[in-house]
Amino acid sequence: MLRDITIGQYYQTESVIHRLDPRVKLGGTLLYIISLFCFKNIGGYFLAALFLAIVIRLSKVPFKFMVKGMRAILFLLLITVAFNLFLTPGEPLITLWKLHITKEGLWLAFTMAVRLSLLIVGSSVMTLTTTPNHLTDGMEKMLQPLRIFKVPVHEVAMMMSIALRFIPILLEETDKIMKAQIARGADFESGNLIKKAKALVPLLVPLFISAFRRANDLAMAMEARCYRGGEGRTKMKPLIYHKRDYVAYICLGLYMVVSIVVGRL
Amino acid sequence: MAIILDHVNYIYDEGTPFSRYALKDICLQIPDGQFIGVIGHTGSGKSTLMQHLNGLIKATEGSIYFNGEDIYDSDFDKKKLRSKVGLVFQYPEHQLFEVDVFSDVCFGPRNLGLDKKEVELRAFDALRKVGLPQDLYYQSPFELSGGQKRRVAIAGVLAMKPDVLILDEPTAGLDPKGRVEILEQIKNLQTESGMTIILVSHSMEDVAEYVDRILVMNEGSIIYDDVPGEIFKHYRELEEMGLSAPQVTYVMHALRESGIPVSGDVTTLEEAVEEITRVIGSSH
Repeated sequence: MLRDITIGQYYQTESVIHRLDPRVKLGGTLLYIISLFCFKNIGGYFLAALFLAIVIRLSKVPFKFMVKGMRAILFLLLITVAFNLFLTPGEPLITLWKLHITKEGLWLAFTMAVRLSLLIVGSSVMTLTTTPNHLTDGMEKMLQPLRIFKVPVHEVAMMMSIALRFIPILLEETDKIMKAQIARGADFESGNLIKKAKALVPLLVPLFISAFRRANDLAMAMEARCYRGGEGRTKMKPLIYHKRDYVAYICLGLYMVVSIVVGRL
Repeated sequence: MAIILDHVNYIYDEGTPFSRYALKDICLQIPDGQFIGVIGHTGSGKSTLMQHLNGLIKATEGSIYFNGEDIYDSDFDKKKLRSKVGLVFQYPEHQLFEVDVFSDVCFGPRNLGLDKKEVELRAFDALRKVGLPQDLYYQSPFELSGGQKRRVAIAGVLAMKPDVLILDEPTAGLDPKGRVEILEQIKNLQTESGMTIILVSHSMEDVAEYVDRILVMNEGSIIYDDVPGEIFKHYRELEEMGLSAPQVTYVMHALRESGIPVSGDVTTLEEAVEEITRVIGSSH
């Protein structure tokens, strides 16, 4: 029942995108997201969608997986669209009772929906093709300059990688506890809101306890391996740029140039 | 009164590249009052099969009948099925959540919509059956030892008064004394209240000593389905599946190979002692 959430889930396969340096993917995703919010005409969105389609194709991850991640934000998407559709002032097209659908609202709702969908799918491509460890490695390396300002880059990266690693574990655990309680006659589906909230107690209490237990065990295991934070720590597989990474940077640069031309930034 | 599985298939992550058969064409009859052991390698489909029996997982193909009713019928009462087929998961102590032991055990029967008195009676009865000392009833379940927590969790399922009790690795992570105690109490449940027990286990010794019938699972299929003595005759095949027979089986087979005419279908230590004394006695 909880297997549908794909955010932070790695899809194992062999592809060019999988082999790229995580820094390229991180930078690319960031650039892509910025570009999404800068387009002023429909051509830009076509370009962004096309670019994403090519990347998905190259990544060999089935499109179904990306859409699965979308399901989680469907509700958010609907609210955004509804708000933009009905609450944007401008030239009214259709009037329903006190609500007006305006021409501006229609455009805004459309662009918002497209932006959000592309954003989610775009970042799913990154998480689906990069292992969490790789991702935080890349982040750590990219944020290295911030250490001058005493930002604990390594610690933050470590926390992120642990958090990401724990998502599937806790999901699995939730699924297990849920099943165990259902086997004891618990009902998570029927009843009003208060009843439903109350029904979550038998799920949340064991889940929190197990999360704390796991955190404690992990801290102990790290301690036992003499973990002392980032100072003087070396990597078993340091990140090194290859030829394909430079090619990817050039592709990204090209995408930037074309999107500036098409989207008239 | 029985559970019948008819050509049950279950496919994990259907329609994705990860899809694989978790259960392959399972046909099985579980009559009342039997003590069944299920053994198999990790990932052989034991736990998946158990979750089918109380309807937590829906089979991709095939049907399951409980007392003659198809559990996948739209008007079949799943909640009632779950109260009749009690499932104790692996490490069941991880599901405890209440402030004290007694309230936690009450959770199951309360969900059945029984009145307060009946709920409490059942909780007491269940706690007594698992042999938990009375002075622990009103303690926080989180302060108990591992073995005590496990008893509480088992009592939580027992309090629903199931006809069939499924236990998934009930002795995992317990010390030898705790293991024997829990298994003895489970055996008592079968002999005293006539409950059907299904015990999933890794330990051949546990299974051989207590059960009437063994199912051996490998890669989603039931390979053998027989009485313990017959099953462990296949000890070589079991080893190929990453399983083993009880240690006495090896001893008996070694004795046979060295020319001592002991029987090969001995599975427990007591039987072995008896058999060896019999053979020695007759040779004199």
